[in-house]
Amino acid sequence: MTLQVENLTIYYQTLRGDVHALESTSFKIEDHEIMGLAGESGCGKTTLGTSLVLLKPPMKFVGGRVNLDNEELPIQDMDKMNSFRFKKISIIPQYAMNAMNPTRKVGKMTAELVRSRNVHFKDILPVLKERLELVKLPESVLDMYPIEMSGGMKQRMVMVISTLLNPSLLIADEITSALDVASQKAVVEMLVEFRNRDCCNSAIVITHDISILYQMADSILIMYAGQLAEKASTDVIIHSPRHPYTKMLIATLPEVGVRYTEKQLTGIPGNPPLLLNPPIGCRFRERCPLAFEKCVEVPPFIEIEKNHFGACWKEFVTNA
Amino acid sequence: MLKLNGISKIYHTGTFGGKELHAVNDVSFDIGEKEIVALIGESGSGKSTIGKMILRLVSVSSGSIEFNGVDVSKYKGAALKEYYRNVQGVFQDPFSSYNPIFKADRIFSFIKEEFFPDVSTSDWNKKLNNSLEVVGLNPEHVLNKFPHQLSGGQLQRFLIARALLLDLKILVADEIISMLDASTRIDVLNLLADLRGRGLSILFITHDLSLAHYISERAVILYGGCTMEMGDAEKIFNKPLHPYTQMLMSSVPRLDRRWDKKVNVDLKAAQTGPIHGCAYYDRCPLAFVKCKERPANVEIEKGHFVACWKVSEKNT
Amino acid sequence: MNNPKKTNEFLYFALKNKKVLLGLSIILLFLILGFIGPQVNHNKPMDYVDPLGAQGPSAQYWFGTTFFGQDVFSQFVHGLQATFLVGLIGGGIGTLVGMLVGFVAGYRGGMVDEILNALTNIVLVIPTFAVLLIIAAYLHVRSVVTESLFIGFTAWPWAARAIRAQTFSLRTRDFVDLSRMSGMKSLKIIVTDIAPNMMSYLVMTFILQFGGAILIAATLDFIGLGPTNTISLGLMMQYSVLWGALQLGTWWWFIPPGLAITIIVGGLYGMNVGLDEVFNPKLREL
Repeated sequence: MTLQVENLTIYYQTLRGDVHALESTSFKIEDHEIMGLAGESGCGKTTLGTSLVLLKPPMKFVGGRVNLDNEELPIQDMDKMNSFRFKKISIIPQYAMNAMNPTRKVGKMTAELVRSRNVHFKDILPVLKERLELVKLPESVLDMYPIEMSGGMKQRMVMVISTLLNPSLLIADEITSALDVASQKAVVEMLVEFRNRDCCNSAIVITHDISILYQMADSILIMYAGQLAEKASTDVIIHSPRHPYTKMLIATLPEVGVRYTEKQLTGIPGNPPLLLNPPIGCRFRERCPLAFEKCVEVPPFIEIEKNHFGACWKEFVTNA
Repeated sequence: MLKLNGISKIYHTGTFGGKELHAVNDVSFDIGEKEIVALIGESGSGKSTIGKMILRLVSVSSGSIEFNGVDVSKYKGAALKEYYRNVQGVFQDPFSSYNPIFKADRIFSFIKEEFFPDVSTSDWNKKLNNSLEVVGLNPEHVLNKFPHQLSGGQLQRFLIARALLLDLKILVADEIISMLDASTRIDVLNLLADLRGRGLSILFITHDLSLAHYISERAVILYGGCTMEMGDAEKIFNKPLHPYTQMLMSSVPRLDRRWDKKVNVDLKAAQTGPIHGCAYYDRCPLAFVKCKERPANVEIEKGHFVACWKVSEKNT
Repeated sequence: MNNPKKTNEFLYFALKNKKVLLGLSIILLFLILGFIGPQVNHNKPMDYVDPLGAQGPSAQYWFGTTFFGQDVFSQFVHGLQATFLVGLIGGGIGTLVGMLVGFVAGYRGGMVDEILNALTNIVLVIPTFAVLLIIAAYLHVRSVVTESLFIGFTAWPWAARAIRAQTFSLRTRDFVDLSRMSGMKSLKIIVTDIAPNMMSYLVMTFILQFGGAILIAATLDFIGLGPTNTISLGLMMQYSVLWGALQLGTWWWFIPPGLAITIIVGGLYGMNVGLDEVFNPKLREL
């Protein structure tokens, strides 16, 4: 299997103490699987994504183990990770569009990047041209400055650069949030096309927009306040979720076709907990309608049926 | 109540301001009493600019904005202040709407100083608490705090409460929930619908079609600074007539069906510069020669206007 | 957490920052010296106290005597007073005028901005030495205050530019729009919303202007355009070179003032760098 994460725990160091951003998370991703990572802001999804590639202060590695293609990924060691970045694991960070050096032509920037991975630009050029064609970008884009490109074009360019060396795992962090509807659709479809053509093996797509995941992800992992809530195939999560948080989350999404006058949707009362001194046990219990005494213990993330995992005492352990 | 008559916003770019950029190009629509009108467009369509023009934060290059029959587009000073009693706005980023070094309540004290200087403190506090309760906040929990101590949803509601302290008739809500979590979005959205029930009109600016459909009666579809289609929200969503609206509806990610893989989306870079024809000409599959002339807004059925030569041709 | 805690957070970091502490200590040291020095040493700076002249440091005259037999230490501590005065008045005026021009130009924009920009650029390119020479020819007596005024009114363009740029970026923030929708007048918005947000910037600008004024004053004094009715560190350096200190080897006459100016201005700039780290959390190391 491609990715195996065991008990990964990451804290943020701040003046006021450690923020428990990610607590003992374990899950796995198979070959060719596109997994969506969804949750509200502050749930830890970006922390999870970035920690796999670039774990630097103020993030602190507290414990856990990550295996990529049966090889251990030394995420806590910045230098050792260098040989893995871009080649085995790659990331398209949030705001990637704005991450391109404004004073460099895109082609030059790509050349410098691949050179840092000990690959000659000339060798990679045919692959680069192939990929540009795949994302419907003209070859002339290599001679452009980022400011001359539209948002959608920049996003696609960043996608091409990140997958140039065929990484095993691609982490895409909110790649569609700043795009208009048409570009969103194009970018999402291209990501799936990349996976289909083996430009990358598996992918983690981090977003808060679950309807986008419905269009492209094979499975979805729902997170809440640094803990994993539920992981299952997309259809199961959307149509028959088991975890109370997932159920309430899906219920707050207005689909096109529903109106206020017909069916008033309700939100989830309360707020996510502050992670400076997180509540013990399941972090959703303050807002959960099913909470009972056992919830002060952290529920384990277990497999209830094939490829359907969840962490809830009521729904996943006491099966009745 | 509020009527926009052919308003435009032209920015001068290039050296010595030679080139012109039409952010908003001859837009007209109106907002009646007790209704929520959704202004829908992607980024760069000019919808935020229209919102800011209505709020008089950006000047109007041409055209007029009539509020209860009076043109407010050139108002300044005391007249403008009176206008602000009736028309207020809430913006997209809750955290940037507050001065980070001061407490969040400061926005209320500004209102008191400028609009209610003679009201006694106890009366003011009663009014304030009332306003907070209407938006669903507990005064004890949210007063006397700094912006970073409150959540995005609470901050947005604070801003709505501030607007309600005045004699509000129209609220311009510019993407107010796009930065909120899924679980708080619905609450703020329901609040807006609630306020409409109490007599308020709302201009709901958004790029999210499902949200617009959830809450609004009428919708205006904007592209490249021009209106494409406007009318009853239900009609536009279920039977879009303009090719742009149709493309929009098919590209929106939905939870009840997957995308139609056969529909191919063209991705040319956005148009800039003066627009003399239809704004959607470059990307429209139905474009023909007549489209080089700006299409007129034709009433296809009662209350449903479409600006497209092909569509009006088919229907006459 | 409320406002006092936030200022406490700044103070905590400020006092923990080595550069700030060092700079602050230096300034305080010289300030104290400038105040109590004249109390301790009762010689007037221009009095000819030593019949011998050009004597090195001794128990009686801690910094030795000048060519004419004046007490160098006395000159030094009085000169320090003049130096700080120039920094305060010159730097203060520079900052205030810069703030006025910068805020108004940045907030109003448009034609007002164009006019103020032109004004800023004109003052910037005025050849200050040439103008000062002309002024010096007309004024027979120049005081420290006159010098400070001149420095203040020619050094403000730098501050104005920086403040205008910051104001431009702050002006587009949503909270300024919110204040506009509350019916507040422009001046009130500048004073209550924009300036407090730039407090750190303004403090640092003042420190730079302060140090800059001291340097300019020292330069002017050295070439003979300094105050005519009192002593300053720059003047000490001028006299010493004029009266052969370099040839005669009377190092105690020019080294103390030169070193003092260097250390004071260096301390100020170092404090500025440190304050940048204090105010900008991203530069802080945890």
